[in-house]
Amino acid sequence: MNPVQQAVVWLNDPLNWTNPGGILDRLGEHLSMSALAVLLGCLVAWPIGLWLGHTGRGGGLVLLVSNVTLAIPTLALLTILPLTFLGFGRPAVVVALAVFAVPPLLANAYTGVRQADPEARDAARGMGLSGGQVLRRVELPLAVPYLAAGFRTAAVQVVATAALASFVNGGGLGQIIRAGFGLDIAAGGGQIIAGGVLVAGLSLLVEGALALVERAVTPRPLRRARRVANRRAADATAGV
Amino acid sequence: MSLHLSYRAAPGNPWFSWQYVRDNSDTILAALREHTWLTARAVLIAALVALPLAVAAYWFRSLAGPILALTGVLYTVPSLALFAFLAPYLGIGAITVLTVVALYALLVIVRNALAGLNQVPPEVREAAEGMGYGRWGRLFRIELPLALPGILTGVRLATVSTVALVTVGVVVGRGGLGQLIFAGFQNNFYKAQIMTGTVLCVLLALVLDLILAGVGRVLTPWLRGRNS
Repeated sequence: MNPVQQAVVWLNDPLNWTNPGGILDRLGEHLSMSALAVLLGCLVAWPIGLWLGHTGRGGGLVLLVSNVTLAIPTLALLTILPLTFLGFGRPAVVVALAVFAVPPLLANAYTGVRQADPEARDAARGMGLSGGQVLRRVELPLAVPYLAAGFRTAAVQVVATAALASFVNGGGLGQIIRAGFGLDIAAGGGQIIAGGVLVAGLSLLVEGALALVERAVTPRPLRRARRVANRRAADATAGV
Repeated sequence: MSLHLSYRAAPGNPWFSWQYVRDNSDTILAALREHTWLTARAVLIAALVALPLAVAAYWFRSLAGPILALTGVLYTVPSLALFAFLAPYLGIGAITVLTVVALYALLVIVRNALAGLNQVPPEVREAAEGMGYGRWGRLFRIELPLALPGILTGVRLATVSTVALVTVGVVVGRGGLGQLIFAGFQNNFYKAQIMTGTVLCVLLALVLDLILAGVGRVLTPWLRGRNS
């Protein structure tokens, strides 16, 4: 039997799905830690990004954050954070993943506010709105397409990176792949490929679902801007 | 003397230790060398494959959509999953790591090179055509030099992310400095070893990025003095 056939057999065994530590358990872990990490990333990155965009300062900082995090290996953060005050377990893994969610969220929040039409901003100020009101009522709504694009990029990245949590026994679908590698490659080949299919499938699914969400939360007149935002988001992941 | 003895008695678990670096310089250097070597080969292979792809997508517009869509989908696939797909066929070893990291580097370079080529102003292309340049002459004399900043950005990004990505190679036992980090984690969570591996990783990325930035300055003398 070649590895692909083995993988099909492995995926067709119901016990591999329902056992403790089976696919369903791992999927739950994967999704819950990804969701927490993205939430944490949003709570940190959005306020900072919006504020920096509003004041027009800190463009260099945004760029620096995305460049530095690009150079830090995920494995390093996953192994270092449990040894700090965070301690072993879920919080350390979530924080490590959140660090990698920050750059796209931050960059898109910043660009989203910066690209708001200066005339709209001037008009709002002329109507007597204060700085905070301009941010809340004018710049924030106009930045929504960018925020959504950043959210999508960050979420996909976190779901993909969460597979690496298995290196420190942090759970998630990556655990299935690691267990397969733990067996002999001839015996575990099927399980390794099956795990790969699950991890990759989940990432693509999240990407597709969030693309629909992104479309839904973008008001129709801003759909054209959304396409630009998508391109910007791709650049942001690439770190440009 | 007593100070020395007490240090010996309770070595603790410091974040950094010269003692560790001195005692294990061979292992550390071997890991660093493997990491650098893997990164260099991966980026070189990726660049050699990516440039013709980018040019093909630039010349034949109908190819651009599929190539960008394919790279987009591949970029979404997590690195561990790619290792999982390739390891049963390529085996446990450096070749698997090399293939995976080269694939990701490829995606980054193709996208940036294509963006660079698309930024060549149409007037310039028409002028070149009017001067009698053929398709290849125009490519090598006009379009590729003008796209060089974009291409170099792609190569730099690919290099930095490849340095970080090679560490995932521990899953097949060939992660370069990642091997050091992972071993430190498994050997009673030895912080000094983890930190040494991490710092070297980040430094390697920084040094390679600076070298490439320098190469870029030398290759594009006409951009000097304008902006960085």
